[in-house]
Amino acid sequence: MTARADILARLRAARATAPGVVPRDYDRAPVVADLIGVFVDRLADYRAGVHRTGSDRLPEVLAGLLPDNGVLVVPPGLPADWLAGRAGPVRRDGTPGPLSVTDLAADGVSVLTGCAVGVARTGTIVLDCAPDQGRRLLTLVPDHHVCVVRATQVTAGLPGALARLADPTRPLTFVSGPSATSDIELTRVEGVHGPRRLDVVVVDDR
Amino acid sequence: MTGTGRITAALPFPVAARRQLADGQLRDNLRRATRTIRDRRARTVAQVPDWEALRAAGTAIKDDVLGRLPELLEQFEAAAGAAGAQVHWARDAAEACAVVTDLVRATGADEVVKVKSMATQEIGLNEALAAAGISAVETDLAELIVQLAGDTPSHILVPAIHYNRRQIRDILAAGLPAADAARLTDDPAVLAEVARYRLRQRFLTARVAVCGANFAVAETGSLVVVESEGNGRMCLTLPETLICVVGVEKVVPTFTDLEVFLQLLPASATGERMNPYTSVWTGVRPGDGPRSVHVVLLDNGRSDTLADRVGRQALRCIRCSACLNVCPVYEQVGGHAYGSTYPGPIGAILSPQLTGPDGGANRTLPYASTLCGACYDVCPVRINIPEVLVHLRQVGVDARRDRPSPERAALRAMSWVMRDRRRYRAALRAARRGAAPLRRVGGRRGGVRRLPWPLSAWTTARDAPLPPGQTFGEWWAGRNPEAHR
Repeated sequence: MTARADILARLRAARATAPGVVPRDYDRAPVVADLIGVFVDRLADYRAGVHRTGSDRLPEVLAGLLPDNGVLVVPPGLPADWLAGRAGPVRRDGTPGPLSVTDLAADGVSVLTGCAVGVARTGTIVLDCAPDQGRRLLTLVPDHHVCVVRATQVTAGLPGALARLADPTRPLTFVSGPSATSDIELTRVEGVHGPRRLDVVVVDDR
Repeated sequence: MTGTGRITAALPFPVAARRQLADGQLRDNLRRATRTIRDRRARTVAQVPDWEALRAAGTAIKDDVLGRLPELLEQFEAAAGAAGAQVHWARDAAEACAVVTDLVRATGADEVVKVKSMATQEIGLNEALAAAGISAVETDLAELIVQLAGDTPSHILVPAIHYNRRQIRDILAAGLPAADAARLTDDPAVLAEVARYRLRQRFLTARVAVCGANFAVAETGSLVVVESEGNGRMCLTLPETLICVVGVEKVVPTFTDLEVFLQLLPASATGERMNPYTSVWTGVRPGDGPRSVHVVLLDNGRSDTLADRVGRQALRCIRCSACLNVCPVYEQVGGHAYGSTYPGPIGAILSPQLTGPDGGANRTLPYASTLCGACYDVCPVRINIPEVLVHLRQVGVDARRDRPSPERAALRAMSWVMRDRRRYRAALRAARRGAAPLRRVGGRRGGVRRLPWPLSAWTTARDAPLPPGQTFGEWWAGRNPEAHR
């Protein structure tokens, strides 16, 4: 008997409970009065940098966060007008070829992306590898990640955010603040293996 | 299939616990750490208005899963396979280790990077790989500390919880060049920086990664890893080959179900509203991440556990470790006393069920509890741990009915005495008379530390109370001589 057949047979024999009905009485669409205010507050609580702006001033704000003497990496589908304020070098993944891990791991590299959805209550941004976010390693290996979130992308709670994802089988990364550890005496330390700095730019497009 | 691997206590719990209790530094570290983490959990949970409804949903989803595990596993296998993952099955620890070892060998790599995973700790994968000439590098900071110290984890979530910052400094310094070691302070930020420095190159060049999964989604074939440091993302994204070892009970029916567990788990585990990073991936994504993804579905005693009507609720566990942090026994003895990958209250009910009662000294683990119920209160999937502890004690006693037991003899005698009012009163009088000299010695504490044999078995771990000078019945009769004859 194969391991598969054996395990399935044992599980079939062991089972006694009937499949049950799941009560979904929890709050699937919580109402948050000041959605963006809560989102910003929670992000700041995780020690992410948070910046609010109107769409007209976005290139200016981004230029301020991404110094011209550093290397900026962007995913293939990043809107070109976001970079209107930038004079320094920009490397676009996929043009001409995919960027290597070594490119991304170099000192002083920043990456600029959009996101799929934001979650106010938990201060979470969800990346789903859409063209304005790119491959997973782009937002992982560089030491500095700047993420643009449009106010209309922010949902109150996690259930709403999952429901808004276009395709759950794309690789998903839920990011809540910069990389951190609490392994030493439960003291939270930001910046271990992921980007040590996370800046979130919230664009008021409502 | 009876579970094997690192889930079997070598020593009876009381023996192992006494050893740990002798370490004052350990108890000091544990007391501080468990207090910090449980206070943080309480504060965060208090901010979630629908917490109890989420717990109820999480419990029901897991019960539903246990009711149709075979179908859900087949659905997961089909969906993950369609997305490009290869699914393997393993009956026990040895079989799982063999599957993983063969997969690593096929790549030609002699080193793997690892994401912290209870399943791979459970099956003793690192040791099995080492025996095959493959080195496994733990990349979670706490796992790395434990590995460098030649130690074993003592907590599900914070494996190095038994060390303080000074001890961790010394462990990390031992692996550094002398000049760097001399400059190393015990500031947690500096120590975390050492981990980054040590592992960065390993991540960028590793060809094979091994991970576990917090959840496996049947509907989509997706796997979920919940973490903090980013070492998980590194391992899941950069190497060419990814091997994921997953207990069969980790499956959840739908992607939507994650909306419950991704709220319950971080709050219960680290007391954060949300952990820094959660990765969800489905099979292979061309041009992004590993080119080859393997999933090893592990039984290792889970089907046996599922067969127990009362005990099966232990399979709802999402490994948050909230029960460890609130347990008055764990707080004193730490994780190593339980002798298994799974310590604390959940370990006391999981380890003996996975191995069966004859697994080493696992039979003693259900007694490693005061039955205070704090673990049940905090469990995000409402595992009634005290109920299972009592059930397993009962099963243990039933299995040994044919052997003489002093406890059973004593209880039988007591039952005879208590069945008759006159016998009971006479026994009380006799006990009081016998205790009179002891009361003078016992003094104000009103108890005796050590009774003579055979009653000494009772007083090894507790004081024996002395009978009071007067019973309530006597006191009442003295006040109301008319009403009482």
